[in-house]
Amino acid sequence: MNDWLTTILIFLPVAGALAIWLLPLAERTAGSLALLVALVEVGFWVLALQRFEFGEAGLQLGHEATWSEDLNIAYEVGFFGFSLWLVGMAVVVGAAAIAYAFWAGRDRARSYFGLTLFLTGAIVGVFTAQDLLLFYVFFEVMLIPLYVLIGVWGGPGRLGATLKFVIYTVAGSLLMLVAIIALGLQQDTFSLTEMRASDNEWIFLGFVAAFAVKAPLFPLHGWLPDAYRESPPEIAAVLSGVVSKAAGYGFLRIAIAEFPGPAKDFQVLLLALAAVGLVYGSLVAFRAPDLRGVIAYSSMAQMGLVTLGLFALNDAGFDGAVLQMVNHGLLSGALFLLAGTIERRAATGDFAALGGFARGRPALATVLMTTGIIALAVPGATTFAAEFLILLGAFDVGWGWAAVGVSAVVLAAMYTLRLISAVLHERPGRAVAEEALDLRPAELGIVVPLVACLLALSAWPAAVTEHAFAGDRPADAVESRFEAAPNAASNRLLQGSPALAAGPTPRYVVRVTGVDP
Amino acid sequence: MSFDKPTVDWLALSPELIMLGAGAVCLLGAVMSPGSWRRPFGATVCALGFLGAGVAAAFLFAESDEPRAIVADAARRDQLAALAKLILAGCGLLAVGTGYSRRMSDARVGEYYALIATAAAGMAFFVSANNLMTLFLGLEWFSIALYVLCAIDLDREESLEAGLKYLIVGGFGSAVLLFGSALVYGATGELGFERIAAATGEQGLTDDSLLVFGLALMLAGLGFKASAAPFHMWTPDVYQGAPTPVTAFMSAATKVAALVVTLRVLTTAFPELDELWTVAVAVIACFSLAVGNLAALVQRDVKRLLAYSSVSHAGFMLIAIAANNELGGRALLYYLIPYAAMSIGAFAVVAARERELGRPVALEDLAGFGWEQPLLGLSMFVFMIGFAGLPLTGGFFGKLYAFAAAYEAGWWWLMLAGVAATVISLYYYLGVIRAMYMRPSAELQFAAAGGSPPREWLLGATVLAAVVVTVGSFFAVEPVVDVARDAAASLPLD
Repeated sequence: MNDWLTTILIFLPVAGALAIWLLPLAERTAGSLALLVALVEVGFWVLALQRFEFGEAGLQLGHEATWSEDLNIAYEVGFFGFSLWLVGMAVVVGAAAIAYAFWAGRDRARSYFGLTLFLTGAIVGVFTAQDLLLFYVFFEVMLIPLYVLIGVWGGPGRLGATLKFVIYTVAGSLLMLVAIIALGLQQDTFSLTEMRASDNEWIFLGFVAAFAVKAPLFPLHGWLPDAYRESPPEIAAVLSGVVSKAAGYGFLRIAIAEFPGPAKDFQVLLLALAAVGLVYGSLVAFRAPDLRGVIAYSSMAQMGLVTLGLFALNDAGFDGAVLQMVNHGLLSGALFLLAGTIERRAATGDFAALGGFARGRPALATVLMTTGIIALAVPGATTFAAEFLILLGAFDVGWGWAAVGVSAVVLAAMYTLRLISAVLHERPGRAVAEEALDLRPAELGIVVPLVACLLALSAWPAAVTEHAFAGDRPADAVESRFEAAPNAASNRLLQGSPALAAGPTPRYVVRVTGVDP
Repeated sequence: MSFDKPTVDWLALSPELIMLGAGAVCLLGAVMSPGSWRRPFGATVCALGFLGAGVAAAFLFAESDEPRAIVADAARRDQLAALAKLILAGCGLLAVGTGYSRRMSDARVGEYYALIATAAAGMAFFVSANNLMTLFLGLEWFSIALYVLCAIDLDREESLEAGLKYLIVGGFGSAVLLFGSALVYGATGELGFERIAAATGEQGLTDDSLLVFGLALMLAGLGFKASAAPFHMWTPDVYQGAPTPVTAFMSAATKVAALVVTLRVLTTAFPELDELWTVAVAVIACFSLAVGNLAALVQRDVKRLLAYSSVSHAGFMLIAIAANNELGGRALLYYLIPYAAMSIGAFAVVAARERELGRPVALEDLAGFGWEQPLLGLSMFVFMIGFAGLPLTGGFFGKLYAFAAAYEAGWWWLMLAGVAATVISLYYYLGVIRAMYMRPSAELQFAAAGGSPPREWLLGATVLAAVVVTVGSFFAVEPVVDVARDAAASLPLD
């Protein structure tokens, strides 16, 4: 069972999707089946959580099969601590999104729910694939259902939005494909667990290009506002909450773990892009005229923060970034779903036409307020823990980076409070009818679990931070890979952060990839 | 003077002979049977012929581990030729399925099937050519059949125009090839491919201007058939004007034949000049990628769009040839399999819509098509993402292998050109999907008159078979690549 658990997690939603497409189901039945599959998926994830040995290093719940011996391509999947948390976040947000769509009702339900399940399977695949080509396949396959989901069920500007989204993303990922080909042919394998660390800067940049578009980092975010505005709210929730985390995961698992040397060399560049994205995203979020705009740009800012943590290249940064990815996935999911419920009532997301939602609608006010408070990283919240770790990590690299990070935390408070007051308080907007309902029990049932997860993490953020890298301290892992690199001539790595300068600890067998040195 | 009759390897020639035989039976049957029987009879015989040829080619593939020249060195029996024949037979079979329900006068239907079988037989002969004579013979054999096929809709002006245009431009292409062959023969004094290579080496002809010019002309002549830019001018007009099932067959089968032969000629006859022709092929590949993709961006007619897409795919496959390594051979032969399926499948879907509307299909005419005809729409979706090289289709591994071959050969800029072309191509491939699914059918100018379109089981099955090959070659990449590797091993690639 342990062997197959990961494979089940990937292919259960895919099988569900095929069942929904192929069986002549009624629309309601299709939706219920999808929801059922999504909940069973969460159940399997809990099972995986239970089976996972957090104390042990290396890949767990792995499953391997040959795909093609010709180029040494394998079906190889498995979990590390951090990927387990990311998958958990993905399946929970995915289930919430499907529940929301089921409740809101979508026409052509069989196509719709099949595609959402298919998307869930692809996302789980991205977070678990241990073969570069398999990773690429899942990474690209995510795009196909997203394209159709936004293009068919999206808003009036969907055609332009999807085109921009797809072309941006594919341009980035094709550069990654080039990098994968070069790396795979150089090393004669595509397996991440068998691969030696590389110090080829061009290959590194190929990977970075793909992840920078997906995140998105600063100059490559052109697709973001349109895609987030035109999507159905639950798809925007998955897109910003889960799909963008594929970028963070890719940075950590591939760009940093497989390229320790170049990651160090380009650290300043990536930190700078992350910092600019962070500040820029926050500022635009503060000025955005509508609900979705705020969440979209805040999402960009948060991915900048995650990248800042990752490219601090030290323990605190890695831990904080992983926790923040989980947090932001849940948060962004909850916020976009809430935005959806508000848009259903007011038929618009424009702040100019909103306001006064709190009066007589206590449930909506409470849920939105709670989510917002967590989003602005109030001390005690899980986001605060994550941001603190990220800033700590960034401070280790240079106080300037931490200062930028702190300013962004202030900006986060500004745009979140602006959102809350524009929706809940102030004078009732012209689009807010007196008889607009409070959150219905079904809506509460969808959003509250996400908020509950956030509250649980606030109570115990160490659940993630101390169980993301198990025995392997991430910085050690990077360090050990660097030692194993064929060209260990440059010792620049050691002059970086104190955590790295401490050098390999005796138990540095542990590595992100779980291969004996 | 005595004349030695060469021994003939009948097994090696069996696929051609079976197809030719099927063509002959089609013609005879058309003469001897009453009008209404001609269509089912012709189609059945033709399909059986392709099936038989496919079986024979598969058997030949299994029995040809040792490549050798046959029929007095005029042809070659090897796994490369056998695989190409197998693909060609498959193309023929799918083309029969695509064209069966087409409205066509009973007076011409016998000839139609006979010509398809004959053209495929010519291509099958062409791919095993081993000297300049058989090369030209094979080329003319299938080209003449195709000229007639393009013009077979006598009552449609576009069809006649396509036939004429193809005849003139194709004839010019053949002449160029012939002239090039003559120059090569003049320079080396040899006809056989391997002897040309040997003579080039022995006589130190690598700088011989006659030989180099001959090579360039031969490359151009083959480029015409493969519709690689800048020799592609005929492609959009002919693809648009020809009857759609003929276009489907032509786009897949001609490309298979032309590219396999290009690879064979260049690697067996001109290995001494490889520094020259790899660059030339790489440049032609870039041209094809640029012209095909940029021109496709502005097309409204779906058949024209697919025609330019086929030009761009010639570019992708030429990347594999330009790499001039074993991986490149594998890449080309792998790529051809999903490409042939996608190409026939896509044109078959267009044919279905054409029959429903009774006029040429523009992008706007696809509005709502995906929802009205779930099977055909979804298949078209698969073909488009396959053309674009996204995963879950064989198109992905095709591009992966082509890029990998280019990388291994050190042509990193060629790989980047391929990547740029792929990004551009997304615009129009997704444009087709957008037209099918993301616009409501209310935007359709006029709905198809009188209820639902006729069910075409055979066409649906054909399209489904093409989808199975397209998607199957992704998941079962290993066996397909194994076959491609065996085939590529017949050539002197390193």
